[in-house]
Amino acid sequence: MTAPALANAALDETAVALPVQETARVVRDTRPLRLITCGSVDDGKSTLIGRLLWDTKAVKEDQAASLQRDSNGKQNDLGLPDFALLLDGLQAEREQGITIDVAYRYFSTDKRSFIVADTPGHEQYTRNMATGASTADLAVLLVDARVGLLEQTRRHATIATLMGIRQFVLAVNKIDLTNYDRARFEQISHEFKELALSLGVRQVTAIPVSALKGENVVYDGRASMPWYEGPTLIEVLELATTRSAQTVGFRLPVQRVSRPGESFRGYQGTVAGGSVKPGDSVVILPSGMVANVTKIVTFDLVRNAAVAGDAITLVLDRQVDVSRGDVIATIDSQPMIGLAFDAQLVALQPEGIQPGKRYWLKSGSRRQRVQVQPVSQLELKTGKWNHADELPMNAIGKVHLAFDEQAIFDTYEQNRTTGAFILIDPDTNNTVAGGMITAKRAALGGIHTEESRVILSLPADLADQLMATELFANRREDVEVRRVTAGKAVEIIDTIDQ
Amino acid sequence: MPHTHPETELHNPQSTKPPLDPHLKALENEAIHIFREVAAEFERPVMLYSIGKDSSVLLHLARKAFYPGRVPFPLLHVDTGWKFREMIAFRDEMVEKYDLDLVVHTNPRGAAENITPFTHGSALYTDIMKTEALRQALDAGQYDAAFGGARRDEEASRAKERIYSFRTPDHRWDPRNQRPELWNIYNGMIRKGESVRAFPLSNWTEVDIWRYIQAEEIPIVPLYFAKKRPIVERDGMMILAEDPRLELLTGEAKREEVIRFRTLGCFPLTGAIRSSATTLDDIISELETATVSERQGRAIDRDQAGSMEKKKREGYF
Repeated sequence: MTAPALANAALDETAVALPVQETARVVRDTRPLRLITCGSVDDGKSTLIGRLLWDTKAVKEDQAASLQRDSNGKQNDLGLPDFALLLDGLQAEREQGITIDVAYRYFSTDKRSFIVADTPGHEQYTRNMATGASTADLAVLLVDARVGLLEQTRRHATIATLMGIRQFVLAVNKIDLTNYDRARFEQISHEFKELALSLGVRQVTAIPVSALKGENVVYDGRASMPWYEGPTLIEVLELATTRSAQTVGFRLPVQRVSRPGESFRGYQGTVAGGSVKPGDSVVILPSGMVANVTKIVTFDLVRNAAVAGDAITLVLDRQVDVSRGDVIATIDSQPMIGLAFDAQLVALQPEGIQPGKRYWLKSGSRRQRVQVQPVSQLELKTGKWNHADELPMNAIGKVHLAFDEQAIFDTYEQNRTTGAFILIDPDTNNTVAGGMITAKRAALGGIHTEESRVILSLPADLADQLMATELFANRREDVEVRRVTAGKAVEIIDTIDQ
Repeated sequence: MPHTHPETELHNPQSTKPPLDPHLKALENEAIHIFREVAAEFERPVMLYSIGKDSSVLLHLARKAFYPGRVPFPLLHVDTGWKFREMIAFRDEMVEKYDLDLVVHTNPRGAAENITPFTHGSALYTDIMKTEALRQALDAGQYDAAFGGARRDEEASRAKERIYSFRTPDHRWDPRNQRPELWNIYNGMIRKGESVRAFPLSNWTEVDIWRYIQAEEIPIVPLYFAKKRPIVERDGMMILAEDPRLELLTGEAKREEVIRFRTLGCFPLTGAIRSSATTLDDIISELETATVSERQGRAIDRDQAGSMEKKKREGYF
């Protein structure tokens, strides 16, 4: 595939956001695009972001002057200040010359505004990348044209995919240092496209870039690269789609009950999926009570509908018991409710995730106790999941979650809000993991599928016998056996019979 | 028992304003979400109110978030005693008009030790009359959460601050050890004495603030609009010369100029800009072609290297 063809793959029509209260006019999606940039210090990431800010005039003269002052007059060979200083905001970082945390940057063109999460490329900072990626619609991955794809490129692409990003831009930077070598660029783009496809990402644009010279960032680089006919980076960003309001049905996690007087009782929250209008029947979870929507109240007007993203106050037609942490949902397509779920998570703190420890889990406005059992850990180098009993910092793992009280989720694949959670260590109150729900588990285990795998919970001797049979001999990869006592197995089989 | 104020139902006249554009709507939704989350999770929230344009937007969003209820927490104004006169008048008008609870605090050391921006220099003055005063007020109110109007685009160290910014019992911020913040799920768990500063405007830029003020018809202090005002030039800044405490130094002379302010702080530390912008449209178009950042007029950002980060570690907003 040629480079322009690759590039065009990402230029599908932008999704259209249609505010319900407006007339049926087609409006371009002008919501801010959130993106994350991934790459190492050596790939020139700070220079790329600095270039974006500079060429979109997000850097003002006084900032440029203090930049000149801080770089002690050091300039690059184009007479511009050291862009990295624009981004490395904290003194500690300046001293070490590395970016140590997530920084947010803002710039805009006349078509759209952008929020960039700038995260470090060093391996130990997986946590920061996961943080930046959690809210991003698109990932810009940087490689040095002279070096090509690195192990860390796979790592970044994997984390971005895991966090739900489905649009990639590969910026093949320092193309000027390869003498604008077209074959080199096409080879790298091809390799990257293979990588992205292996992760299930189809929206990929590769762009040959010189961040230092400002070629194919905001302004095109035709003078140096007449062979490249694809879009500049900014053109791709202007046309990218923001995360769609995933459509599993209406969801309102209740943040707060508003009772300003005897006559008014409203449920306040941000719509986390679908839409709602007066007259709709809804269910309140976990209680399962049913009611009808009478009004959607906002400061400006009583609205005739609300869509995902809207912060609203909902009024119901009858007295029902609703409190903070409950979810109001459409009756037809309800979220999963249960005591056991499967999830993937990223361990964010030095203590890692310890098996059997009771954490706080917060999802939406709901906070509850959970026990976390690690199952496997992702080897970022190869993409393989290896068995694991605990997860150290920066590990990405599959876990089982066991709750004391009913939990309410969608899968992350279906809804990036109601499928996401954080874990809080009750001893330190620190956020120790970010997680994504993949499936609900049967309360007592038993047989169920987890993606394409089959899980058998059986007494140990029986399990060994079964796995020795011809039927399973060739399918060991597909089956996970959890050895349990005979007594436990009876309990499990009893629940299956019911 | 949560620290709530008696809620009364408000009735807003039906608005005739056109709907917000999707960009501003997304920012508004995010801010309202943060307001509601903090109000629900903390026992004694307070809103820092500095009377400037960002505070005006913050107040407007708070009113929207809790409508039809009242704003369920007090506003806190740390008054250095050196604010512009028009700011104080505007503050009192807002409190009256929107039925708000206001707490005003001034560091008693200011009067006792006669600490002024002229005698002590901007760094020491700010430390005592703003940072120390804020700590006193937060301790006195036993507030466990404080809303602020800071934006990440304002200044380099703010770009990395979380929306829920954790503070130790002595109000310190540790930029190296911030809690990770994923999605829009905020961790509000703290121990007694610890607190959180919450920033609903984190993702807004200066232009967003002005466009929102225009779209929502939010009242702001008239000093933002150009008018002929008395000024004196000092250290490269044009300072408003209306307060009798401002003593002219040798070689200085008062004169009148058509000016306005892009940000508002303490009048001796806030520089005016030459401008003929008398309407919001003028301000926005001036901003879109501006070549300097808004904090260029603020002396305190530049009084030492990494100065905002240092102030923030010590508890400044």
